[in-house]
Amino acid sequence: MDGTLFGRGLRALSAASIVAIATALALIFFYAPIDADQGFIQKIFYVHVPMAIVALIGFVTAGVFAIQHLRTRDPSYDARSYVAIHMSVIFGVAVLVTGSIWAKGSWGKWWVWDEPTLVSFLIVFLLYVTYYPLRYSIEDPERRARYSSVFAITAGAFVPINFIAVRLSESLVHPRVLSATGGSMPGEMRFTFLVSLLAIALLFATLMKLELTSKHARMQLKSLRRLLEAEDEERSPASSPLATVPAKPQ
Amino acid sequence: MPALPLDEAGKYVAGAYGVFVTLIIVYVAIMGAKLQRIERELEELAELAKKRLERTT
Repeated sequence: MDGTLFGRGLRALSAASIVAIATALALIFFYAPIDADQGFIQKIFYVHVPMAIVALIGFVTAGVFAIQHLRTRDPSYDARSYVAIHMSVIFGVAVLVTGSIWAKGSWGKWWVWDEPTLVSFLIVFLLYVTYYPLRYSIEDPERRARYSSVFAITAGAFVPINFIAVRLSESLVHPRVLSATGGSMPGEMRFTFLVSLLAIALLFATLMKLELTSKHARMQLKSLRRLLEAEDEERSPASSPLATVPAKPQ
Repeated sequence: MPALPLDEAGKYVAGAYGVFVTLIIVYVAIMGAKLQRIERELEELAELAKKRLERTT
């Protein structure tokens, strides 16, 4: 990861995220009309659906980074792929929880097992949860990065296939949001939805950058410690002051 | 199911947005803890580098 500065532009991105989230919240509660069918509870839509879309795009993006990693062997792409999956899994948890809350209010049930949209998202989510034990069960960093990349590509390809399969199936209760005709959303609702989508996408990008910056800083510190230790051992192997400082667990 | 009245629906909406806000707060807290660890480690290394400099001069 030498020469890569993940923190560049982080401040501007964070500011853009804050402005976008504040705008989206103002539009959701003061501009978008109350849904005639579902009433006030439909407001959950503006946080639940954008998070689901961004999480799924994040999984596919992780696959693209993994392809780049396998092509170039650059570890920074592996880090990007890992962080994209990590953030998407966190967003996935929020999607499942907000979805369940909405389902309880609208359908009277926390979960509906015969609804393809819900079950397919859960399958994708559980698939990516298995990424962690796979990644951390391999000790050799190079092999770990390679295997993780193969997983990210395979699972990343599964996401659009799964999405198409769900679109082709007949929905029972879950509404379709993305359609060629733009759905049945009125203009104000569609505009609010698009601003919310942008805000959540910016939040995802900011958190991803923050995580990458922190990971990069820790790795730089580790290599600096190693460098100092090696130099110190060269000078006096018996009385190395660095030997007294325990290494931080990763 | 018919649409819920505002006071009833409000609880669900607050719950869903609460999850979203909690997610961000928990994440920022975790990042804060990580940053503290990095700072501590950096301090240790700076101290060691200082000691080495004193020894050589």
